Amino acid sequence: MELTNWGRYPSIETTLHACRSEGDLRAILSDDKKIIPRGLGRCYGDSALNSDILSTLHLNCFRAFDEGTGELTCEGGVTLEDILYLFVPRGWFLPVTPGTRFITVGGAVASDVHGKNHHAAGALSRHIRGLKVMLASGETIFCSRDENEEFFHATCGGMGLTGIILEATFRLIRIPTAFIRQETVRAADLDEIMNLFETSSDWTYSVAWIDCMARGGRRGRSILMRGEHARMEELPGRKIAEARMYGKNSHMTVPCDFPSLSLNRFSVRAFNEIYYRKTRHGISRSITGLDAFFYPLDGILQWNRIYGKRGFTQYQFVLPKESSREGLDTILGVIAEFGQGSFLAVLKLFGKQEGLLNFPREGYTLALDFPIRDGLFEVLDRLDAVVLDYGGRHYLTKDARMAKETFHKGYPNAGRFAEIKKRYDPDGKFQSLQSRRLGI
Amino acid sequence: MEYALIIGAKSDIGRALAARYARAGYNLYLAARKSEELTREADNLRIRYNVRVATLEFDLLDTGNHEEIYKQLSPRPAGTICVAGYLGDQKIAEIDFSEARKIIDTNFTGWVSLLNIIAEDYESSGSGFIIGISSVAGDRGRRSNTIYGSSKAAFTTYLSGLRHRLHSSGVVVLTVKPGFVRTRMTEGMDLPEKLTAKPEEVAEDVFRAHRKARAIVYTRWYWRWIMWVITRMPDRLFQRISI
Repeated sequence: MELTNWGRYPSIETTLHACRSEGDLRAILSDDKKIIPRGLGRCYGDSALNSDILSTLHLNCFRAFDEGTGELTCEGGVTLEDILYLFVPRGWFLPVTPGTRFITVGGAVASDVHGKNHHAAGALSRHIRGLKVMLASGETIFCSRDENEEFFHATCGGMGLTGIILEATFRLIRIPTAFIRQETVRAADLDEIMNLFETSSDWTYSVAWIDCMARGGRRGRSILMRGEHARMEELPGRKIAEARMYGKNSHMTVPCDFPSLSLNRFSVRAFNEIYYRKTRHGISRSITGLDAFFYPLDGILQWNRIYGKRGFTQYQFVLPKESSREGLDTILGVIAEFGQGSFLAVLKLFGKQEGLLNFPREGYTLALDFPIRDGLFEVLDRLDAVVLDYGGRHYLTKDARMAKETFHKGYPNAGRFAEIKKRYDPDGKFQSLQSRRLGI
Repeated sequence: MEYALIIGAKSDIGRALAARYARAGYNLYLAARKSEELTREADNLRIRYNVRVATLEFDLLDTGNHEEIYKQLSPRPAGTICVAGYLGDQKIAEIDFSEARKIIDTNFTGWVSLLNIIAEDYESSGSGFIIGISSVAGDRGRRSNTIYGSSKAAFTTYLSGLRHRLHSSGVVVLTVKPGFVRTRMTEGMDLPEKLTAKPEEVAEDVFRAHRKARAIVYTRWYWRWIMWVITRMPDRLFQRISI
């Protein structure tokens, strides 16, 4: 079957092997095909693509939950949505969540996903207490910070290249209500938004929408959103009855591919102008639902269709904190001049983190979508060079096109990862289109 | 709360039905061959729905054990949901009788053995429900499934007979006739998207039909009308079409 990930680029012909038990997995692994595990296919590029793919979606059992500590053990095919529906009404939330709940736990671990609380809570890997993984040999092993430690660190953020994540154990966090106390703050330029991130470091959650089309003195103008889980007494009266409710929210579906010209520099500029101006000066405060705060785009199913048939790529990089100011300024300049930026551009300050293939490191990360057009990749190559110049790197989960050299310069621990992988997967059983492209 | 017994609990439809009945508050007996593989699902249902779940080793073809296994269940299940089935390979079944027999015995003979015992129990206690997952394939024989189709036809007729027998005792018997369902059995087949149900839809249809005490439910619902046409098609026409 023809398959793509979320960005709908690239698209390849694949065989999808559905697995319902460890026996099924072993049967497929015993064949000499190269394989990559896949959950919901929400990575953007080619990380979960290969000519043979092993779908983990049927491996979706919860295995254990401790009501006292919130410690949850579940299989790799369980989705974040499953967890939220089940546990938010009981007063628990994910310790880390990315901007969509339509991903599997296995995928989240393999991407070592980060969220709006990275500066405070780190990426997901910090919360993982143990993993059960099936190796290329069909053998299963447990790994954690105390047991098979190296393998554990390689698997968190390892892009599914070390084995199949059968089970993960992590602790959910207690929440008082299913609402967020949110503040929205407008920033007129890059200095102002970076300042805001610094002064908002006590907030659990913070993220900014940035107008990547703004030029001149407006370059870097942004809207910061910061939040805390709302306490019961902070809820307005009408929301108290639904304080713990988390149900199927209404959503829209994008019915068809948008014509490829509907997103152009004029429409995006106009959108950004309106979006920026609708936020008032100063600080706006509100009480908002978890979905609206964490998963605004999940309310629009198949939103990837707005970029048209050819698909899109999300460009996400992180720069070291020291070089962020200058680096972002240069990069925003290139993007605004290119005139193809999207209205979904996100800026975030990461906290400290170390790792092998894990993306986050202390500094600023910027993510933005580009519809696939002729000439796009040349511009992105130019951006890559700037990112590397400033000591940055790119998020593998979003990537569909960077060069091998770009990857290796950005990820100095890639060699260390390869050594560990070699030990546990000597024949290179686990491969993806991306791992071959980048020589991981 | 009452227990429901699900036979074939590892199958996709079995899993979906287990989840649906657990959601409604039923405790569960999950039965299948290699029951150690049911442990995962049992944990899952306990955590998701806060119900009691027990697993048991059960082989439909091992008819000699059926009575003993059923009598051991305490409490007795208030309802029995029959999901296990075997599609087999038509080409092999045409030339190798052991394959044909396996299809017949899994889809029909095994159920007769088990449900005779359960019907007796429900009849004497004056309560209970029996749900059998048969198939639209049993409505009219076709060249592509001579054995599977006829075994399902036999099962459908057996369920119809049970319904007639148990009606006066207040025992509900529901015959379920799924059309195409996206499951392990149909994996890799090129099924028409619009006519193909997800296991969860089947489970929801079954649960609703059970609540309304219906006799037969097609799922998706329009299969009733597709089969209405197919079963009424004159033989001379039927021979010419390839379905």
